[in-house]
Amino acid sequence: MKIFGFFGKRASAPMARERLQVLLAHERASLGKSDLVAILREEIIAVIAKHIQVDSEKVNVKMDRDEKVSTLEIDVEIPLQAGGRAA
Amino acid sequence: MGKVIVVTSGKGGVGKTTSTAALGAALALRKEKVVVVDFDVGLRNLDLVLGAERRVVYDFVNVIQGDAKLAQALIRDKRLETLFLLPASQTRDKDALTADGVERVIGALKKSFDWIICDSPAGIERGATLAMRHADIAVVVTNPEVSSVRDSDRIIGLLDAKTAKAERGERMEKHLLLTRYDSGRADRGDMLKVEDVLEILSIPLLGIIPESTDVLKASNLGTPVTIADSRSGPALAYLDAARRLAGESVPVTVPGEKRGFFGKLLGWRAA
Repeated sequence: MKIFGFFGKRASAPMARERLQVLLAHERASLGKSDLVAILREEIIAVIAKHIQVDSEKVNVKMDRDEKVSTLEIDVEIPLQAGGRAA
Repeated sequence: MGKVIVVTSGKGGVGKTTSTAALGAALALRKEKVVVVDFDVGLRNLDLVLGAERRVVYDFVNVIQGDAKLAQALIRDKRLETLFLLPASQTRDKDALTADGVERVIGALKKSFDWIICDSPAGIERGATLAMRHADIAVVVTNPEVSSVRDSDRIIGLLDAKTAKAERGERMEKHLLLTRYDSGRADRGDMLKVEDVLEILSIPLLGIIPESTDVLKASNLGTPVTIADSRSGPALAYLDAARRLAGESVPVTVPGEKRGFFGKLLGWRAA
């Protein structure tokens, strides 16, 4: 399949196709069941909140879904006072 | 007993109403008795596309609520004498269509028509699920565009789970109608190709309707595109799709492509 056109510009349709395939694989799997990643995200944040008082703006949640695996990246900035007690 | 078809898509604006009118007229051209039913309560438009907007007296909701007889609400097309319309109501009451009412009306229509074509509203709410509820066949209208394909996938899931046929453990017959297709753009890699959409959705192909100014022209006139200009690209594509619905085996061609591409088509499962 020709991906690069005359001017080296990348054709957009293969991207559309790839994105759809990854997305729909996930949506088909999670439809009906509740979304595991979403549950994990909520529960993990709840657990952290139980022990440390964190500013909700300092909690960074990133999710990435790939064909085979999903990753959930949680980045919590722990303030000095709270962190001192935990250490 | 007539066959019930639902024309559905999830996403709005992809051509459900245009396709309902075009397929309905195409089947009626074959002298088969057809009724097109508008399920888009509150936002009816099938009357307008068929040029019958000034003839609506009673509607679907009036029939369900017992304010009119079914025969009083049916509007016969002025051009095709075997084509009828059951218009939707313009009420803002979302619950005006009831499951029981819809079942009764569809049951009655099945007795006197060969084809009952249900034009689904967009979305996955009540109107859309009621439109697909009693279908024997689903026509999934999809544009070669990511959001439309995603929504069609969702709708296919609902067709396999929430319809009466699915609940009886039977398999819902589903067909893809790819609309607004531009083979030039697809060849340049700027639009999903027919085979991409088929591979992703994995349902058989009913037809490919080319992107064309003829569709807007026909709706401006209030004439189904299949009878507005029966030689136009979209008309020919819809006429072929109707023949496939009626059980004829007609090879699918890509509008605007040369014959040399024909070999590619062999891999497709025609409906």
